[in-house]
Amino acid sequence: MKNIKVTIDKKEVEVKQGTTILDAAKSVGITIPTLCYLHLKDFNITNRPAGCRICVVEVEGRRNLAPACATECTEGMVINTHNIRVLNARKTVLELILSDHPTDCLICAKSGNCELQTLAHEFGIREIEYQGEQSTYKKDMSPSIIRDVDKCIMCRRCEMMCNEIQTVGALSAVNRGFTSVVAPAFEQDLSCSPCTYCGQCVAVCPTGALTEVDHTNQIIRLLADPTKTVVVQTAPAVRAALGEEFGLKPGTSVTGKMVSALRELGFDYVFDTDFAADLTIMEEGSELLDRIARYLKGDTTVKLPILTSCCPGWVNFFEHQFPDMLDVPSTARSPQQMFGSIAKTYFADKLKIKRQDMVVVSIMPCLAKKFERSREEFSTDGNPDVDFSLSTRELAQLIKQANINFNALPESDYDAPLGESTGAAVIFGASGGVIEAATRTAYEIFTGKTLEKVDFTELRGLESIREATVDFNGTPIKIGIAHGLGNARKLLERVRAGNSGFHAIEIMACPGGCIGGGGQPLHHGDSSILFARQKAIYDEDKSKAIRKSHENPYIQKLYKEFLGAPLSEKSHHLLHTHYFDKKKVIEIDE
Amino acid sequence: MAKIKLSNTKVEQIKAICKEFNNNKGELINVLHKTQGVFGYLPAEVQEVIAEELGVSVAQVYGVVSFYSFFTMVPKGEHPISICMGTACYVRGAEKVLDEFKRILNIQVGQTTPDGKFSLSCLRCVGACGLAPVVMVGEKVYGRVSTDSVKAIIQEYQKEKCS
Amino acid sequence: MDTKYKMYLLVCGGTGCRSSQSNVLEERLRKHLKENKLENEVQVITTGCFGFCEKGPIVKVQPDNTFYTQVTPEDAEEIIKEHVIKGRQVQRLLYKDPDKKEIVHDSKHMGFYRKQLRIALRNCGFINPENINEYIARDGYAAVAKCITEMTPQQVIEEMKKSGLRGRGGAGFPTGMKWEITSKSPGDQKYVVCNADEGDPGAFMDRSILEGDPHSVVEAMAICGYCIGADKGLIYIRAEYPLAIKRLKIAIQQAQEIGLLGKGILGTKFNFDIEIRYGAGAFVCGEETALIRSMEGGRGESTLKPPFPSVSGYLGKPTNVNNVETFANVPVIINKGADWFNKIGTEKSKGTKVFALAGKINNVGLIEVPMGTTLREVIFEIGGGIKDGKKFKAVQTGGPSGGCLTEKHLDLPIDFDNLVKAGSMMGSGGMVVMDEDDCMVSIAKFYLDFTVEESCGKCAPCRVGNKRLYEILDRITHGNGKMEDIDLLRNLSKVIKDTALCGLGQTSPNPVLSTLEGFYDEYVAHIKEHRCPSGRCKDLMKYEINPENCVGCTACARNCPVNAITGERKAPHTINQELCIKCGACIEKCKFNAIFIR
Repeated sequence: MKNIKVTIDKKEVEVKQGTTILDAAKSVGITIPTLCYLHLKDFNITNRPAGCRICVVEVEGRRNLAPACATECTEGMVINTHNIRVLNARKTVLELILSDHPTDCLICAKSGNCELQTLAHEFGIREIEYQGEQSTYKKDMSPSIIRDVDKCIMCRRCEMMCNEIQTVGALSAVNRGFTSVVAPAFEQDLSCSPCTYCGQCVAVCPTGALTEVDHTNQIIRLLADPTKTVVVQTAPAVRAALGEEFGLKPGTSVTGKMVSALRELGFDYVFDTDFAADLTIMEEGSELLDRIARYLKGDTTVKLPILTSCCPGWVNFFEHQFPDMLDVPSTARSPQQMFGSIAKTYFADKLKIKRQDMVVVSIMPCLAKKFERSREEFSTDGNPDVDFSLSTRELAQLIKQANINFNALPESDYDAPLGESTGAAVIFGASGGVIEAATRTAYEIFTGKTLEKVDFTELRGLESIREATVDFNGTPIKIGIAHGLGNARKLLERVRAGNSGFHAIEIMACPGGCIGGGGQPLHHGDSSILFARQKAIYDEDKSKAIRKSHENPYIQKLYKEFLGAPLSEKSHHLLHTHYFDKKKVIEIDE
Repeated sequence: MAKIKLSNTKVEQIKAICKEFNNNKGELINVLHKTQGVFGYLPAEVQEVIAEELGVSVAQVYGVVSFYSFFTMVPKGEHPISICMGTACYVRGAEKVLDEFKRILNIQVGQTTPDGKFSLSCLRCVGACGLAPVVMVGEKVYGRVSTDSVKAIIQEYQKEKCS
Repeated sequence: MDTKYKMYLLVCGGTGCRSSQSNVLEERLRKHLKENKLENEVQVITTGCFGFCEKGPIVKVQPDNTFYTQVTPEDAEEIIKEHVIKGRQVQRLLYKDPDKKEIVHDSKHMGFYRKQLRIALRNCGFINPENINEYIARDGYAAVAKCITEMTPQQVIEEMKKSGLRGRGGAGFPTGMKWEITSKSPGDQKYVVCNADEGDPGAFMDRSILEGDPHSVVEAMAICGYCIGADKGLIYIRAEYPLAIKRLKIAIQQAQEIGLLGKGILGTKFNFDIEIRYGAGAFVCGEETALIRSMEGGRGESTLKPPFPSVSGYLGKPTNVNNVETFANVPVIINKGADWFNKIGTEKSKGTKVFALAGKINNVGLIEVPMGTTLREVIFEIGGGIKDGKKFKAVQTGGPSGGCLTEKHLDLPIDFDNLVKAGSMMGSGGMVVMDEDDCMVSIAKFYLDFTVEESCGKCAPCRVGNKRLYEILDRITHGNGKMEDIDLLRNLSKVIKDTALCGLGQTSPNPVLSTLEGFYDEYVAHIKEHRCPSGRCKDLMKYEINPENCVGCTACARNCPVNAITGERKAPHTINQELCIKCGACIEKCKFNAIFIR
């Protein structure tokens, strides 16, 4: 492609044809402020409705100002990015946006992490000259996500994530003009929509319009309650990202510090969801082998491929969008739920306390986990297996509130018995990790041989849909991996068509898997952060003495003492689940 | 499984309309036009069926329905009254005429009288500027309407009830 | 027109005249002809709009050019008995020149028509729009035949470029150039789109053309398709235009039936067909990118240009969008040649322009004049001046995107560039005339109310900025404005024009800026003196009784709906300003000129 020359703020720049003014300016160190624009290069995601008009610049010879994010450079273009006309326009437009936005920044969940607030600060807005009517809407409180639509600035990022990336279709721009806003159908609550609570909308929202349900205050109260035994579990991806909230470099693994922090906060037992991840592999892996064995024997009723079921966003997705395929995914519960189930039975028995006196808290990179824990089927006599699910961001908040100097904390180990895990469990946090962990175990059980090479690098990466065939000692096992629900849909449609040829498929709702989860520290579209987190995960796997789930001695002990064997009746009762058809159907009303 | 209620004949009618447009999502607006033509309005249930048939999300269908002023989710009155608020009508006193309708019917724009008889709306230029100000009741156009003639127009339709 | 008849009764079947029962009138005419066994000698023809909507329903008698106005169904019998049978014009139905107070016997001599030159409207009021043969009889489809059998697409494009025709939908982009760009854009599939989403309040020329001469648009779209290499045309039309939709459908069907649309047109290899898409009540869909989104079944939100539709339009394919009036000019240009066309008009604006005259003007209606005609000619000669002998104050052109022109602009020759220079724009050609009773601050508010209502909401300056403009104007009209508000209006207008995403937002402050320019004093009067000079703003009005004139007849007090007027019988009354709702009932009832508005 040919190069073209443009002049930006009197600097000559040579760029490739098709380069936007924004990128051209960036290449010579000129920063143009943006608001609605969002670019996630490695996921091929770009949101540029050119709607906020904050990035306008002056192009000589052009009647009006041009949005830098969406205007391509043309040969000989002369651009001014910060003359009076441009600065006045930007400031006025920002004031307009602020004039229709609440000013309760002090108590807003996004305070300190809000792109609009940052712009207002950078632009030095001290008063809003254009006052007038503000749009007001009802607050929407779902189990996972809070929509405070008064704070919506119509950047459309959430709509793009929900529709184009995740293909969930819960959100759309509705109404028009001053009353336009992004909302579910009929402006109902998210809980009436096909929302999967993947939280990708929350992850990209520049303001406080979309935030997670915050449980930190309840946790503080429970920790102070002497009658409760409060047990905490931490998901694999949390350790790879939590440090970012405390100014550590992305990719810094903070497992030991996190455990110390949780102890300081007053949790009675600090356990690891990784333990339950190993358990998941035992159940899910056995289910896979069972199906393959039946298939190889010629059983035509067997459903292949088996689909992983540890991602609650993904479970919500297929319950809404593929109700005809409810018997395809594994019935194994997610690690969070397996943990809760074991904690409130096996571990409560050991402590000789009633399940009602135990509180299980999970720290998750995810917002859908908040919904998952609230599912009726995951409670006994009205007492849920997992009482609270906090996001990585909430945990950071909790640590900050408690005045704990995180970076100065010593490293410490998880408690036994539910804190012991293998390298296979850690990699659950990255896309491809679950299936790699399952492969390590399934291979050894299926072939009866010891794996020579534990690392299945062919299953790793961040490409949206990946396929690989693993040789199970002569039996080729075809594996598919997708992350992001839009990619999942593509793979699932191939499965539905019946000729995909896959034996097993891993699906994670969020782009990048759990490391890019909706509850993680905001990466603001910087995918290098995701790569760093991914590396931290695989490094931790490598550093582990045991790297296969079935070799975890505490897992072996759990089966011996309590569960019996994988897929046993007790396992089925405590560790497996069933799925519901959530598609809306039309009831004929004669 | 969430359920929505709609009669079988209605569902079949909507499906037939969608099929007429080859279940093509690009024809959403045409489908909505035709459906509203049949039912008079587009309640949520109807939009659910259309979304399903055309393979688009319900949110998207609602996004379209709520964008265009021609589509309505509430049934209009038996005699929908529309006051033209085009410039020509405006400068010839449409606002006063509208106020008079509001006063006599005791409803605001977008509302329907409690007996379901009349609903009031404003519309953009119908291109009958020669007759400004213009009021439409159903399909019938009334030209050169003054505040004095508002009562008579309403009475014309109230009488029907008695006869 | 079929020559076997001796006489023709042309009855206007446009929306305006239809609303005044012209269809019943037509039936009666037919009935009475039949009763007198004249149905084989005299033909009744439903035509499109004659343009003179003020005096509708119109009946024109050919061949003698008799022009009957305001004809009711009850007049049918008399027209047949007197004019048709006895050959005597029905005097009371003839048009009377308002100045000379003389009856005009031949429509050619009417002031309304004298200065007009009808190119786009050439067939409106002459032919039955539902009969393709009548269109063909007036050179219809000759242009497309000439193009596809004798000319190459490039030759046609050259002819269009030479003609100087500019788009009649708003901005005035050269039509030939647009066609050329689309023709050169790479694409396996291309589209021709006719923008019939006429949304400017007060403009109805597109509707009238489609109702009166739909084939001209169908033919022009086929010519365009031939030039750019498209085999599919789409007409995006407002759902509020049922009659135009009906006639378009008939026209398309008739053209298909005789092979003027479809595969292998006129024995050539050229294929072209047309589909209709409906708007659903969104003004912004008149903007071409929003129109395309709407045709694709989505929300009519504008998208950034470039890419222009000529490169990436409907379904991402190169798409040529022109409006109805632009298309209506095309066949004539091909038939009579670019050199004929480019001699009409001004240097940079060729041909004619159709205007919809409305508001406080005597001859409300649709007119077509050569570019370069002055506003004075249009308003005072063709339009017959201001209604009820009032004083001209302003004329608003270009709808919500345009501005208000004043007395000092009256001798401005109208063309694209002059209107822009004067702070307004051509827009689609709406002209709404205001008189001394109109408050210009309220007019600006009216347009902003419209824009706020019609903004798609995608970009912040239009979504929020116009709302704020409206709110400022609103407080000024309620007497709560401050002088600083004028600075706010100016800065905000400038920024919205500079930053809005599409043409709707970029032009929406024009009504504010042009009224600030032309009627600054009115703004000041509202703000500083809490006074509305035109007496339109209710909150700024004060009804008072002049005790010298008041005889104490009590008529006002008895008619006051809120009992705000008190006073002894036969003694001067007073109005309690706290209670007064400014309804004006008292002033209407007072026979002694004792009540006045301050």
